[in-house]
Amino acid sequence: MAEEVKKIMFTVRKPPHGSIYVYEGLEVKLIMAAYDADISVVFMDDGVFAVKRGQDTKELGIKGFEATYGALVDYEIQKVFVDRHSMESRGMTEDDLVIIGEDEDTEEPIRPQVVDAQEIAAMMAEQHNILSF
Amino acid sequence: MLHTVNKSPFQNNTLSDCSRYLQAGDVVLLLEDGVFAAQAGTTQTALLEEMTQQVTIYALSADLKARAIKELVDGVKVTDYAGFVELIEQHKVHSWL
Repeated sequence: MAEEVKKIMFTVRKPPHGSIYVYEGLEVKLIMAAYDADISVVFMDDGVFAVKRGQDTKELGIKGFEATYGALVDYEIQKVFVDRHSMESRGMTEDDLVIIGEDEDTEEPIRPQVVDAQEIAAMMAEQHNILSF
Repeated sequence: MLHTVNKSPFQNNTLSDCSRYLQAGDVVLLLEDGVFAAQAGTTQTALLEEMTQQVTIYALSADLKARAIKELVDGVKVTDYAGFVELIEQHKVHSWL
């Protein structure tokens, strides 16, 4: 019998650049994507700042990782969510979110899906493991 | 779900952030600096009392004792390391780091 595909969720609750958490978390996601796992990513609380478009890290002297988010769909990480309340309370709208890939057929950009906290709670309950960054 | 909170609610919003993602039947374990929320009669008491209406709240005894926390918010239960292990066995875990 085939082994059940593991459902693994990553929660991102820290802002980018002030610490290494968000970057390291992204690395782990890309590594995990190589395995046969059902991966989802949730940006919540200050983590929503990590998926704000237009991050220019040149003067910080670091490469930044906004472009890497653009490859998530290519890595077959399509379940990317943003908590609505966290986003709105930080003055952001859906238009502020980074692009995580493009639709194969229409070439339309794909953005993270904005959901409510209770939808996130329900998804959490379905996971085998949750890794927080 | 077992939610673990290890940050003081007087320092950041981890506890109130966590409270938005709870479902009935969930368990919240306060540990390390998270146990400061369990002290009765603070600015965080109302939040914790509200949370006890919906979920079960535990605080880790070793961390309470180390911080001289003796008067607990009504409804908060105390557990030890063995109880902590049991909670982890019984639930999926999310650490609110």
